[in-house]
Amino acid sequence: MIRLFDNASYDFLAVRRTAYLATALMAIPGLLMLAVRGVNESIEFTGGSLIQVHVADTSKTIADVRAALAAGGIRGAELYTFGTAQDYLVKVQVTDTTGGATGAAQAVALTVDSTMTAAFGSEVYRRDRVEALSPRVGSELRTKALMAVLLSFGATLIYLTIRFEWRFAIAAIAATAHDILLTIAFIALMDLEITLVVVAAVLTIVGYSLNDTIVVFDRVRENLHKYRRASIYAVLNQSVNETLPRTVLTGGTTIAATLALLIFAGPVIRGFAWVMTFGIVIGTFSSIYIASPLLLLIERRWPGEDIRGTKTLDSPRTQPTAVPAD
Amino acid sequence: MTPSIRNRLLGIAALIALAVFSLWPRTVTVRALGEDGRMQDMLTRKTPLKFGLDLQGGIHLALELDESKGAVQNREDAIDRALTVIRKRIDEFGTNDRVVQKSGTERIIVELPGERDPARAKAVVQRSAFLEFRITDMQGLFRDAIPRIDRALARAGVRVEGADARPASPLAGLLQTDSAAADSTAADSAVSGPGVLSGLLFEGGLAGEYLVPEEFFPRVDSLVRIPEVAREIPRGLELIWGAAPRSQGARSYRPLYAVDRRSIITGEQLADASATIDQTTGGAIVQFTLTRAGGRVFGRETARHVGDNMAIILDGRVQSQPPVIQSQINRNGQITLGNADLREAQDLALVLRAGALPAPLHIVEERTVGASLGDDSIRKGVTAVVVGAIAVVVMVALYYRIAGLLAVLALAIYGVLTLGGLAAFGATLTLPGLAGFVLSVGMAVDANVLIFERIREELKANKTVRAAVDAGFQHAMSAIVDSNATTVLTALFLFQFGTGPVKGFAVTLIVGILASFITAVFVTRTFFMIWMERRTATQELVI
Repeated sequence: MIRLFDNASYDFLAVRRTAYLATALMAIPGLLMLAVRGVNESIEFTGGSLIQVHVADTSKTIADVRAALAAGGIRGAELYTFGTAQDYLVKVQVTDTTGGATGAAQAVALTVDSTMTAAFGSEVYRRDRVEALSPRVGSELRTKALMAVLLSFGATLIYLTIRFEWRFAIAAIAATAHDILLTIAFIALMDLEITLVVVAAVLTIVGYSLNDTIVVFDRVRENLHKYRRASIYAVLNQSVNETLPRTVLTGGTTIAATLALLIFAGPVIRGFAWVMTFGIVIGTFSSIYIASPLLLLIERRWPGEDIRGTKTLDSPRTQPTAVPAD
Repeated sequence: MTPSIRNRLLGIAALIALAVFSLWPRTVTVRALGEDGRMQDMLTRKTPLKFGLDLQGGIHLALELDESKGAVQNREDAIDRALTVIRKRIDEFGTNDRVVQKSGTERIIVELPGERDPARAKAVVQRSAFLEFRITDMQGLFRDAIPRIDRALARAGVRVEGADARPASPLAGLLQTDSAAADSTAADSAVSGPGVLSGLLFEGGLAGEYLVPEEFFPRVDSLVRIPEVAREIPRGLELIWGAAPRSQGARSYRPLYAVDRRSIITGEQLADASATIDQTTGGAIVQFTLTRAGGRVFGRETARHVGDNMAIILDGRVQSQPPVIQSQINRNGQITLGNADLREAQDLALVLRAGALPAPLHIVEERTVGASLGDDSIRKGVTAVVVGAIAVVVMVALYYRIAGLLAVLALAIYGVLTLGGLAAFGATLTLPGLAGFVLSVGMAVDANVLIFERIREELKANKTVRAAVDAGFQHAMSAIVDSNATTVLTALFLFQFGTGPVKGFAVTLIVGILASFITAVFVTRTFFMIWMERRTATQELVI
């Protein structure tokens, strides 16, 4: 039987400035990178076509594929290896907004087909996947993805306000926003392509991170009622410590699951797996180091009685001297 | 065993039985293409768990009205009729779990899971299949008009070497086709000819038939579309290209036909069509039967035009060489398809039976996944699920030992419930869905962890085992409910706004969370109750 962090009593709130700094160190380079390089959107959002091909001959390299495409007259296409040295992605962005654009995207797929078959033979060449979207459908999908993100944020805010109290809700949302920001920075630093599935991963991070934060806040809510004489600083610290074994264990099992995805589930889902793995690490970090300090910050900014149903004890006059002053 | 425990066990058994029942292979009807080229229903047994296109391969298409060649009147009606026609065609095409539905007011979604030949499927869906019969220009009116057209072109400033009439290809920047080269040769050779158009075409063997060297085809096609030229084409006539080039000696020519603007009959009067191989020529043919009313009209018209050539026009292209009408034709006729094989002829017969599309459609979204990639994804996805689940099980068992084993048992039940739930709701399992499943396994232990941690704490506070377990479940509940509720909320929005694979992810997540909630608060609790019943005397709980 293992017991991790049994009777832990770390002063997590004391290191909150270090935690903010760590966040900034991660977020700022990532967001700068994003500003410089721009968003690496998949053709699902920009329109265009993506063709995944397989060349069964191991002696063929990406240079051969590039030469074959060039010989077939395909210009302006991006070529990547995908997972293995035998799988390639051909990506063509079509900026034309008329209806003919998918026609163009389709024609590219057909030309790639005939070119590659001519170059390598039908025994060696195989087309595995085609995605072709007109730019208009792409911008529709972009709008839908944004709507999904914004509405789910709004809905969770409302839910939290009903179930908790508005200061808890704001702190939880802020901590989640922090996770999203860091995840976006991570996506930018890794130069991951933003696909619909990656957006889904980010939204799942929203869910997971809130989940983690809520467990801590639930304990805070309970402890505030239980220890009516303790300062909010002490109650927050105690709650984080009490939930620490759970936070670490659940984080651990979930990361084990996402690592399995990252390692075994193949390149199609890899971007998703990266975002999930990172997001869960960040979600776990933020529920320990970010969410509670934010609640403290908000409680000090807007002190009131409703956070524990009674007049707060956390006014400067009644704060116990044992707790480090902020 | 107390009655309460017995009832709980019965409840759990019922849940598992329900899930297993949902997953049990059952006999379903499968449509497949038979030997005769018609669809046949066959019975087969399979698990009612649906796999998405990304797992079993297949094709997803979104189609909209193509208005690049003129606006479509009454768009809503056109979409509805197109939907009916496509549904009819797809029903005969033979893929299981096929989807043909309207998305919004102006888009049609077609999904063909497991389809191995996407190019063919696309052709069947997109083909207008507008069939008509027209008499060719028997008086040679177009031939007489050619000099006038040459003059009109000269007046319009279209010079022989003019490149401005080159067809604007949407791929111009992307694909370097031969059209540029063809244009320059066209211009070169036409310099020696008497006029722009007359230098590019030759008279064919039939009345109203002209031959254009294949390399000049794009050039001539754009020339005859110029308004100045269109005005000079004799009233009542229309120029229509042949469907395929024809070889004469070493060169390849594209036939161009001058035909009556009026069609003597259209595909709407078709009652049936079937494909077969012509015994004498060995080529594929489509035999058709007209409706009674259509047969009367066709008989009257063909009787009037005995000796004339009749062009069979499909989707704006003349099929093979227009045959001479030997005698009156009534309800039965046939279309000869040059060098097409039987399969193409069968597809043509199929779209003719289903009827023509009211307006051309173009594809605004296509997702095709090959069967081998799908198989690969299933294998990798399942590996990830198994490895992930084992890792989670090992961690939980090591950490909580006996209670951990209870959690592992609960986790196994969770897995069965989730899969059963997916089958019962008719949800589609996609690759992101499998990812969602892995993820929810990781998160499913969370509820158990919350409870176990709570029980440990209560034990530490010197409560009795029974009291600690009760308090643990009771106190962990609010955290479990709140945290699951927010994840479900997020997943609901994903479901609402997501497309295929993302929807699959959202569904798996929602079903997974429900299943994990049930197992944690109900199944694990029952296990604890049974276990405690045995150990009341010892008062010892290892957690």
